[in-house]
Amino acid sequence: MHTKSVAQLMQGLRERQFSSVEVTRAYLHRIAALDSQYNSFITVDEAAALAAAAIADKRLAAGDGAALTGIPIAHKDIFCTDGMRTSCGSRMLDNFIPPYDATVIQRFNAAGAVLLGKTNMDEFAMGSSTESSFYGPTRNPWNTDLVPGGSSGGSAAAVAGRLAPAATGTDTGGSIRQPAAFCGITGLKPTYGRVSRLGMVAFASSLDQAGPMAHSAEDCALLLNTMAGHDPLDSTSSTMATADYCASLGDSLAGLRIGLPREYFSAGLDAATGACIGSALQELEAQGATLVEVSLPHSDLTIPTYYIIAPAEASTNLSRFDGVRYGYRCDNPTDLHDLYTRTRQEGFGDEVKRRILVGTYALSAGYYDAYYKKAQQIRRLIKQDFMDCFEQVDIIAGPTTPGPAFALGAKANDPIAMYLEDVYTLAVNLAGLPGMSIPAGFVDNKPVGLQLIGRHFDETRLLNVAHRFQQATDWHLRTPDSAQGGQQ
Amino acid sequence: MTIKQDDIEKIAELARIRISDKEIGQVTERITEILHMVDRLQAVDTSNVEPMANPLDAIQRLRPDEVTQGNRRDAFQAIAPAVDNGLYLVPRVIE
Amino acid sequence: MQWESVIGLEVHLQLATQSKIFSGSSTAFGAEPNTQASAVDLAMPGMLPVLNEQAVRFAVKFGLGIGASIGKRSVFDRKNYFYPDLPKGYQISQFDAPIVGRGTFEILLEDGSARSIGITRAHLEEDAGKSLHEDFHGQTGIDLNRAGTPLLEIVSDPDIRNAAEAVSYLKALHSLVTYLGISDGNMAEGSMRCDVNISLRPLGCETLGTRAEIKNVNSFRFVDKAIRYEIERQTAILEDGGTVAQETRLYDADRDETRPMRSKEIANDYRYFPEPDLLPVVIDDAYIEAIRNTLPELPADKRHRFHTQYGLNTYDANILSATRALADYFEAVAADCGDAKIAANWVQVELLGQLNRDAHAIDNCPVSAAQLGGLIRRILDHSISGKMAKQVFEAMWQGEGSADAIIDARGFKQVSDSGALETIVDQVINTNAAQAQQYRDADETKRKKLVGFFVGQVMQLSKGQANPQMVNDLLAKKLV
Repeated sequence: MHTKSVAQLMQGLRERQFSSVEVTRAYLHRIAALDSQYNSFITVDEAAALAAAAIADKRLAAGDGAALTGIPIAHKDIFCTDGMRTSCGSRMLDNFIPPYDATVIQRFNAAGAVLLGKTNMDEFAMGSSTESSFYGPTRNPWNTDLVPGGSSGGSAAAVAGRLAPAATGTDTGGSIRQPAAFCGITGLKPTYGRVSRLGMVAFASSLDQAGPMAHSAEDCALLLNTMAGHDPLDSTSSTMATADYCASLGDSLAGLRIGLPREYFSAGLDAATGACIGSALQELEAQGATLVEVSLPHSDLTIPTYYIIAPAEASTNLSRFDGVRYGYRCDNPTDLHDLYTRTRQEGFGDEVKRRILVGTYALSAGYYDAYYKKAQQIRRLIKQDFMDCFEQVDIIAGPTTPGPAFALGAKANDPIAMYLEDVYTLAVNLAGLPGMSIPAGFVDNKPVGLQLIGRHFDETRLLNVAHRFQQATDWHLRTPDSAQGGQQ
Repeated sequence: MTIKQDDIEKIAELARIRISDKEIGQVTERITEILHMVDRLQAVDTSNVEPMANPLDAIQRLRPDEVTQGNRRDAFQAIAPAVDNGLYLVPRVIE
Repeated sequence: MQWESVIGLEVHLQLATQSKIFSGSSTAFGAEPNTQASAVDLAMPGMLPVLNEQAVRFAVKFGLGIGASIGKRSVFDRKNYFYPDLPKGYQISQFDAPIVGRGTFEILLEDGSARSIGITRAHLEEDAGKSLHEDFHGQTGIDLNRAGTPLLEIVSDPDIRNAAEAVSYLKALHSLVTYLGISDGNMAEGSMRCDVNISLRPLGCETLGTRAEIKNVNSFRFVDKAIRYEIERQTAILEDGGTVAQETRLYDADRDETRPMRSKEIANDYRYFPEPDLLPVVIDDAYIEAIRNTLPELPADKRHRFHTQYGLNTYDANILSATRALADYFEAVAADCGDAKIAANWVQVELLGQLNRDAHAIDNCPVSAAQLGGLIRRILDHSISGKMAKQVFEAMWQGEGSADAIIDARGFKQVSDSGALETIVDQVINTNAAQAQQYRDADETKRKKLVGFFVGQVMQLSKGQANPQMVNDLLAKKLV
């Protein structure tokens, strides 16, 4: 059961080969049996999942199943779930049970999906290794000494370890694509504004975007069909019409122009990773695509630009965690100031506090123009680089990360080294573009991700290229050894 | 840009985060590294570049003036740390 | 030394929308604590703001009302500070690009002269909740019902020179926003709150002195008193050779003094930056023109028209144009009776007097404009005397019906039958022969004085119902 894709599960459920309760039970059993290796879930409510599955089975029996009826989905613990703890990987929200659902959750509920559990993540999505979670680090199913990437590392590990057929993630600077690359799965960060941010705990409002994480492009398309669309309660949500993201998956790649940014294949790229990417590009070329060298001249500025904008927005987005209305509150505050400062000292972890301080500094009097305003200007230059490239090419391709997954603890005490992990993914968020990572090979049994970047709202094209690639390759079908066993 | 421990203390106060004496040295060091990294931007000429706040340069939609939210006080206050008579409680505020 | 005070006012005006500026919660006043605080208002994780169209419309209306430029592309910013009544830890406001730019409007001073006050800007923002300092076991209670109520912050230039001007400014502003229908202007419920910036400088000096900001002064009377107190306080400091501290102060109405606010001691750095959860608000000319077409005649225009059209003096025109309801009432009375000056007099003296005594608003005045017009018509056609008219008005106020009905019922009708009047006049002259002789011997000037005696006698005999004009004519004829 656990090796089936979402598409296969949908077909099996429709044809009544198995029930949603059976599928859900199989995954719950695997979580119980195997997740102690990964720590990919923060919260699993078996009874609620099975109850939802039973309802899904009734819908299916009555013939009124919707798009994902009966499919178990794991959600990153950043999406608010009515009645189920939503921790965002933080002590600050360890006791937070939202009385509402995020729009993304509502959409999955309406489609009949079964909420399997909430996955581990870097605290408040700030990190690239899922080591900063209050609930302990998640481990990479390909090698449990390695990090799964982050911040959506729990979702990536759960899918890679086949504890869930698919999951949701969020991506502010690479948090879907980098863990997808590290865990050998497929992840899509849609165009900014394509998926509602309502009910998703905010990290950096102008960069955050939710997306699907699954084994294949086809499964990502199926999830995106449910996730994407305008939300009148999110002012930044796009009113652009959505497509059926499955409709063009099989289109030919003949004539497709693929841009390879010179800057993404330079000195910083691990040679073996580069070789995998090279072979993947040859496969696309073999299917009729043309490879064109392009340039993104402001690439070297993406890390500093991002590390001003994201912390600045985060520093104020996280002001609401003050111990007054919900969440953690320090014991016996002596006065209001003590309530604030100690709640936030004790409730936030080191990286979160660091980013709040950097962001506060960047916005403070006398520094705003030099930091925040400057970064917003360079952000426009970075976006313009992409717009110029898309005059010449249809999509851009390159490595998702400079190298494969690193060891747990290797960068945990070196923020700058950690930030460098996102060198190829950050610009996509700054420019608001859709980006994907798809499995493209292995280096020492560690997965490598190929990144595809598209024009605004051209998710269809990305999914099409990824799907055609996956029709010709089997990297996305490999299962890590640690995921063996766990059958009922 | 060099940043001193005093500056960190000021920022931490603005952000309402207590930093213990034990931590302050290391926090200052880490933040100095990060600020050093982002200082590269200062060298870039951005005259005549409009700051970009939203990647799509989209404009605000307006909502009709309708009351759509009812009273959910019980649900919201069930998860609050301290309430009394429908009010959220905090240590006494002096104006 | 002669000191000149320089005063600027920041008025926070609650806009009369149904729902909040960024959420669908009700803005109704007086609900149970936190029953009108939605997930957005409570800053629950993941909640996002969406802008209320009516708030934008009202702000534009105000801008057009003061002839200001409208920000075609206005931007919301976050103003960051921690306070328990501010759930997000930032207030969504406008900093660099407000929706209303520079404008001016005219205020009328007590001596009847007009002055133009510059409006620096007006911007949209959200209100905070309320901290209740009653004893909750030594803690403060927070009610967030008000959090997210739309505010228009109206910032004046430092054009105001004393307490009386400040009050005139606020009254004119109150009049304007209620005319526009963008706020109920109810100061008691906090719909209009005022911060006063005030500094002193030697008379004739151009540079500004150090200012103090007095927060949340919430009635015309308190604005007057707070400014007077603050001018005295600052004068005393400066006269002693001291310096005024730049600080935020609070007006304590019980003690009639201002004192520094302790909670604002820590210097704030608000870290304004564009609110990334909202996008720029773009307004086109068609939208502005559509709103312009809905504007009513504004108080200053109405005041000028009352002067030119009805010949009212500035003082009367100002009072009668203070609210739209009163102005409409006056004009209806004037149209009904055909004499604007008498109508103005009756509305100002009798009607406003009674309204004040009974603490009624003009909107639920027990006497309709048609009733009052009918009464004035009876005065004009000499059916009743002015004195009787006041009694008729009293009766109307008590709900006894139209002027004619009351006059009939009470037999107030003047005796205008010349036959009947002649009999009374003859009787008075005959019984007062000595006075009549005196009259005949007197010159014109003396006669004018003496005739009053006869009129009084005739009125007494006729129980006040004799038509005074006819009595005068008859006496003039018969006494000689």
